[in-house]
Amino acid sequence: MSPRTVNRGLALKLGGLAVLAAIVIAFPQVYTNPAITNYGVFALIYVTVASAWNIFSGNTGYISLGQAVFYGSGAYAMGIAARDWHLTGTTVFALLPLCAAVGAIIAVPFGLIALRVRRHTFIVITIAVFFIFQLMAFNFSFTGGSSGLSSPFLTWPASTYNTPFYYIALGYAAGTVAIAWLVRRSRFGLQLRAIRDDEDRARGLGVRAMRVKLSAFVLSGAITAMIGAVWFFYINQVEPQTGFDPLFDLTIVLMVFLGGYGSVAGPVLGALIIEPLTLWLNTQPQFSGGDLSEILLGAIFLVVVLFMPRGIIPSGGELITKLRTRGRPAVVPATTIGPAPPDPTRPPLPARPSGGAR
Amino acid sequence: MTREITQAIVDGILVGGVYALMAVGLTLIFGVLDIINIAQGVLVILGAYLSYSLSTKAHIDLFVGLLITVPAMFVIGVVIHWAFIRRLRGTERTSMTLLVTYAVALIVEGILYKIYGANNVTLNASYTSTSVHVLGFYLPWIFIYGFILAIVLVVAIYALLYRTRFGRSVRAIMQDETAARLVGIDVNRVAALTFGIGVAVTAVGGMFFGATNAFNANSGYDLISRLLAIIILGGLGSVGGALAASVFMITLESVVTVWYPTWAIVVFYAALVLVLLIRPTGFFGRKEVRAQ
Repeated sequence: MSPRTVNRGLALKLGGLAVLAAIVIAFPQVYTNPAITNYGVFALIYVTVASAWNIFSGNTGYISLGQAVFYGSGAYAMGIAARDWHLTGTTVFALLPLCAAVGAIIAVPFGLIALRVRRHTFIVITIAVFFIFQLMAFNFSFTGGSSGLSSPFLTWPASTYNTPFYYIALGYAAGTVAIAWLVRRSRFGLQLRAIRDDEDRARGLGVRAMRVKLSAFVLSGAITAMIGAVWFFYINQVEPQTGFDPLFDLTIVLMVFLGGYGSVAGPVLGALIIEPLTLWLNTQPQFSGGDLSEILLGAIFLVVVLFMPRGIIPSGGELITKLRTRGRPAVVPATTIGPAPPDPTRPPLPARPSGGAR
Repeated sequence: MTREITQAIVDGILVGGVYALMAVGLTLIFGVLDIINIAQGVLVILGAYLSYSLSTKAHIDLFVGLLITVPAMFVIGVVIHWAFIRRLRGTERTSMTLLVTYAVALIVEGILYKIYGANNVTLNASYTSTSVHVLGFYLPWIFIYGFILAIVLVVAIYALLYRTRFGRSVRAIMQDETAARLVGIDVNRVAALTFGIGVAVTAVGGMFFGATNAFNANSGYDLISRLLAIIILGGLGSVGGALAASVFMITLESVVTVWYPTWAIVVFYAALVLVLLIRPTGFFGRKEVRAQ
């Protein structure tokens, strides 16, 4: 590839990024209807959450279904602190670093316990910790029990209430994506992906597996706790079953797998597709009660996993590479990460990869 | 106080027997297919609703109805395996199968909501509300019948595993799938049947659960998190471990309920976390489970 094409590619990327930035910044100015900006706020919250999840789980291959532990803890930390210290109005935003600290502090023992085990056992431990937190929120008195907590009231007019939250969420989303990008390019990210590919070999090569995994887990937890607090302040209310929601974890995982597991842009794309879709479905009268949207979510899930197992971004990237190299002899396979795409002309191979997978 | 504790232990053992049956199904599926079936909880609820429909619409006795619901759930299991699980392979298979079974759980849950609504129901029969007085303890008949049936079925599964050709194939695949394939075992067929059996036992579990608890489509989450904790504690893929862990965990929960009803389930999960701190493979786990 000549230097000119490299520069052109870079210019294209930067230009695309600038256009994207202009669009997301201008969005609440163009669409001022609160019902519309509400979609924007939620989409950006989920961009942040999905990217944060992907920093840990996407890079290490440890699928965490306990991310709601951080989300809910952040929300509750803000609610409890604001209530007990009698904070009101915009000063409450000063609590966000505290919420990050709470997330990080919870992530350390959680990670030290859960990261000792791998694969299925890890997933189940994260679910168990999640349920412990949900029950604690139900049972302790300082969490407000099953009625939960209300956030300190903001005296902003309803017509522009969403806009500041939109920009805060946008800041978090952009920051998290930037962190995800930096992690992916860094030595740290390389170590994480070495753990994903073969943890024992990575250790043999000198990667301090526990330390590296735990760092990523804490980073992911701190970000999630902060955005959880923002979410709580935005919707004004947290109950044990909304702060610690099992569907929350599932939704994030779906977003990341839809967009592209382990990539930087994948979670962003996944969140931007799934979250507005779910919000919209919930506003439709024929979908009220949630049962049909649940069926639809499950069906999207099945389609993604069975027919697009690597997500939109990797599959799309592969397609572009294929189009660009059309007519040229294929020297190297398009990508080397992830499972090979299924070949429709051949019958499915036996269910389990033999040997090494165990 | 001693009385109440003893009563709690007896209840725990009886209920634990039924949980053991459901956990054995889950752990068998893991052993053969190397996947965790998240849908197991919702399938138990589906089994409960099937029993509910049979008993309210067709007035078929709960236990007689099992003759219909068990084969029905078996077929559902085989179909789920054939349609979704079979197709998954590759390096991300662990997470993929988890997501697929989760998706199946969501769809089944949504359908159950659509059909039966969100109201809690219970299964009723003459033996669900009466109890027998033995040695000073009140034992509900449903606990006794359920326990006996569960024990019979667990013994049957053991016999199937250790006394039949099919069971030998299952155990061979659990030990080493490649080697099993090499000696001519049809892994796909055995996997499909195992998935079917693992799901079929949820019909029994569901009937018992529905007869002892009020349930709706949402109740599956509580069940699956308990079952997961049990099979991890027992050691993934270990049938004996699943039995021991079910009785231990359910009894523990039942005993803690005597003092702290709202905290009992936390103790349940805390026990899981504590045991795994000391023994990451669970009570009877094999070493390989931990390795990637």
